[in-house]
Amino acid sequence: MPHDVEKHSHSLLPSDPELKVKALETALVKRGLIDPAALDEIIDTYQNKIGPKNGATIVAKALLDKNFKKALIGDPMQILEKHGFLGRQGEHIKVIENTPELHNIVVCTLCSCYPWPLLGIPPTWYKSDEYRSRVVREPRKCLLEFGVTLPENTKVRVWDSTAEIRYLVLPILPDKYKDFDEEQLSEIISRDAMIGTALIGDQS
Amino acid sequence: MGGRYGDVAIQPASITDKTFKETWHARALAVTLATGSLRQWNLDMSRHARECLPPKDYCAFSYYDKWISALANLLVAKGVISPDEFLDPIQKMHPLSSRKLLAADVAGVLSKGAPTSRSVEGSPKFLVGQSVKTRRADNKFISGGHTRLPKYVERCEGKIEICHGAHVFPDTHAHDLGEQPEHLYTVSFLTSELWESPENPSDTLCVDIWESYMEPVNDP
Repeated sequence: MPHDVEKHSHSLLPSDPELKVKALETALVKRGLIDPAALDEIIDTYQNKIGPKNGATIVAKALLDKNFKKALIGDPMQILEKHGFLGRQGEHIKVIENTPELHNIVVCTLCSCYPWPLLGIPPTWYKSDEYRSRVVREPRKCLLEFGVTLPENTKVRVWDSTAEIRYLVLPILPDKYKDFDEEQLSEIISRDAMIGTALIGDQS
Repeated sequence: MGGRYGDVAIQPASITDKTFKETWHARALAVTLATGSLRQWNLDMSRHARECLPPKDYCAFSYYDKWISALANLLVAKGVISPDEFLDPIQKMHPLSSRKLLAADVAGVLSKGAPTSRSVEGSPKFLVGQSVKTRRADNKFISGGHTRLPKYVERCEGKIEICHGAHVFPDTHAHDLGEQPEHLYTVSFLTSELWESPENPSDTLCVDIWESYMEPVNDP
């Protein structure tokens, strides 16, 4: 249905979004179309089970093991399957490596596509108009707002996930963490570092 | 909205931020995912439903408000429930209730996902390194329909970086016109090709673009 003939039934719902969700949930539960226990289960999954720890586990391994990194960049799906990190919004993952010459940043300007099985539900800033509109035009200025300054000769590449390919940034391992083991490393690899808006060791 | 002017500074997350800022955010996400199991629409249709919100609502609504409002419209448009039920729910089993997502099936459904890659006959039209030019960012089948070519890269020249194989084509899939899979590519654009005053002209943007969104460009 094209935009201009779409009917806007949503305006019949309460305008307060909290009441809007409640009204819709109640209508659907009464018709037997959704199960409140299933909703709780979905929320529990993304609140407590699936999050950036998954991505950090894989990234830490890749930073310490060259062969693993090569395999992860070459054919990530096989590796992610072995770790049990496949699933919704992570059907087609690609790992992109930061180097001293190139810094990668991921965005979805059309909605908020994000590698859920590796990073969980995207943070509010990733879904915000501010990030989605600006990072494609002024990525360096946006990075400053995250407290990141890149060396002058580092080029920036922004990846707009307009299809079903989901991108995970493999950040650079700073020299001061070279002696860390996998577990220690995975503790300091932040969600934002795997989106490209932080470096390893930055707080966030 | 890619490239739009006027948006203010980004507010990075603080480490105390929760996955869901408000309880209703979590509810909105869960209701949206759970109703997908009724199999009355696909992902492209639900994205299109969000884009179809009136512009004044689209701008005013918060992220999950867009989700839940678009879901309400989709449920009515697909004939699942009547808008009267929004305010006056009916206690009556729905014919689709046998498809209801059960708590025991949630883990399986979420870990399975829905891959969009497809096998097609015919090799990709473009090769890595080839120069291409995008067309206008409009749906060619339905006036005002769904498309995944961002406006800010329309009619721009770029270079093929990656061939991803064939994927379901959103422009048809969002409108009940079938999957019509096409080869999908990552295309890189120099920022100087996209913006009149680029922040740094040697930076690049990579966008995933379906084959029919582009035409070849003869390198000089």
